[in-house]
Amino acid sequence: MNIIVCIKQVPDTAEIKIDPVTNTLIRAGVPSIVNPYDKNAVEAALQLKEAYGGKVTVLSMGPPAAEAALRECLEMGADEAILMSGREFGGSDTYATSYILSQGIRYIGDYDMIICGKQAIDGDTGQTGASMSEHLNIPQLTFAVKIDVDGEYALVDREVDEGIMTLKAKLPVLCTVGKDINEPRTATMKGKMRAKRMTVKVVNSGDIGNMDPTKMGLKGSPTRVKKTFTPSVKKAGIKIEGKSGAQAVETLLGHMKAKAFI
Amino acid sequence: MEADFDVIIVGGGIAGSVCAFQLAKAGLGVLVIERGTSCGSKNMTGGRVYTHTLAKVFPDYAGEAPLERRIVKDIFTYAGKTVEYASRDLGSQGEESYSVLRRGFDQWVADQAENEGAMYITGIRVDDLLVQDGKVRGVVAGDEEMTSDLVILADGVNSLLARKLGMKEELKPDEVEVGAKEVIQLDAGLIEERFGVVPGEGVAWMFEGVSTLGHKGNGFLYTNRDSISLGVLTTVGDIDCSQETVAGLVDKLHELPEVKPLLEGGKLIEYSAHLLGKGGEKARPKLYGDGVLVIGDAASMVVNRGYVVKGMDLAVESAILAAETAVKANEAGDYSAACLASYQEAVKNSPVLSGAEDKNKNLEEVAEVFSE
Repeated sequence: MNIIVCIKQVPDTAEIKIDPVTNTLIRAGVPSIVNPYDKNAVEAALQLKEAYGGKVTVLSMGPPAAEAALRECLEMGADEAILMSGREFGGSDTYATSYILSQGIRYIGDYDMIICGKQAIDGDTGQTGASMSEHLNIPQLTFAVKIDVDGEYALVDREVDEGIMTLKAKLPVLCTVGKDINEPRTATMKGKMRAKRMTVKVVNSGDIGNMDPTKMGLKGSPTRVKKTFTPSVKKAGIKIEGKSGAQAVETLLGHMKAKAFI
Repeated sequence: MEADFDVIIVGGGIAGSVCAFQLAKAGLGVLVIERGTSCGSKNMTGGRVYTHTLAKVFPDYAGEAPLERRIVKDIFTYAGKTVEYASRDLGSQGEESYSVLRRGFDQWVADQAENEGAMYITGIRVDDLLVQDGKVRGVVAGDEEMTSDLVILADGVNSLLARKLGMKEELKPDEVEVGAKEVIQLDAGLIEERFGVVPGEGVAWMFEGVSTLGHKGNGFLYTNRDSISLGVLTTVGDIDCSQETVAGLVDKLHELPEVKPLLEGGKLIEYSAHLLGKGGEKARPKLYGDGVLVIGDAASMVVNRGYVVKGMDLAVESAILAAETAVKANEAGDYSAACLASYQEAVKNSPVLSGAEDKNKNLEEVAEVFSE
């Protein structure tokens, strides 16, 4: 079982603060983390490798600093890490990103399964994984809560509105996973020491070859951001407390009268 | 069974990394385990390092280490009176000191050790020590064990591991201070103009009695390259006895007429707090046991006398001495308490650590002015 896991380095949204004056995000000094769902994807891949043998390769597109995120996956137990980094990739939307990653997968070559987190916590689009399977023309099994393999087939439980849907699809397949599939392991001392001796391979479009420049970067991105805005802050409501229900109702009526609602 | 490493050092602060550097240089297999996501990320200093001991390990430190400004002027404020003290001695060899921020500095020391061959892992908390027949044989993190012939505890002021071994007592509220510090970003040119220094040079300023609760508390201010470190030290036991909060004390220091105009236009970029032991030889725990040594803040390598607070130079000295002992133990193949006892002896005989050779006689002269 050769498994490729696609990951994204994202700002830790739990650490993001809002500027009280301008109401905008304060991005400075916000630490970067591996997108949490992608960690579930790495965990799922490692469990399959432990059950059936093979190799886990982690792949990411991003700036050179994204190496730290890939390194974290190596510490968890991944065998190889590839970072697709180059100016030509900058400004890519989900369409361009999924094209670029699919080319990275072509570059890696031999694989049985691709696992992605269901979405990234910074953009929340959930499009990249699914689009990749279209670029690669392989089955997509999204929102997986259980992944197993039987011979040439993947057996996947998908979480859907009505319940759990079990699907069988011929390998290679692409799965996307959320938080419910597993609890990602934390790196051990030995895992961290092993990762220290490994290198993250950094490649650009030239290294990969035969990439279509019209499908990459800002130029290759059909998405246009028309407008961004900060949602208005709702004022805190009034909490009415009274010794008894009747008393509280009395107060409520007073408020309503004052506002001329009644 | 062969151990995983010759030496495991718990804590990648200055003491841990200097020790790792010395051991790796001597050819020993060293693992440093740091709890923070990077070395220095959990550490804090008011802001001044006396570099006489660092120079023994890194002779070219002045040009290489990420130090902020060389201190050329000491300022003291006591009960509204301010004295500035400048002396050529402040900058002379063996006496020099620099303002410093730990995050960058600790990482630099760690990088030196790593380049020398020490293995570093970060983001791992050592929960316990592996003890067999009364001898320390390694460390435990989660459900994982890592073994070594010797464990060196450099895990800071609150050293839980030394406490677990019964080598160190729990810190008592009246015997430990809390330091709270702000880093305020300010243009380098403005710092030089306002403090009357040239690029690369800076001042250290101590405030005595400004932040008094019950015991004496001190304020401090250090000029960095393009920021100011400003904060207070106060006894932990006093906090409960007062309406004043530690953060409130920092604000008060801010508002002092001597200080306020100097910070004008600055931007608060960092806030931190840390414990500081009272230090001194009396506070020093037993520093060795079977298969274990204690260095740095964990070994109370601190001098805290109000007008002078320092620890990093002592931490470096203790790390050098511990490394010497460890190398000897490695050569002898004997890590027993009897063999490691020479470290405690070396600490006792060290002019730097015993306080016999005082590196701050200039400051004491100034202190006398106030006592008159």
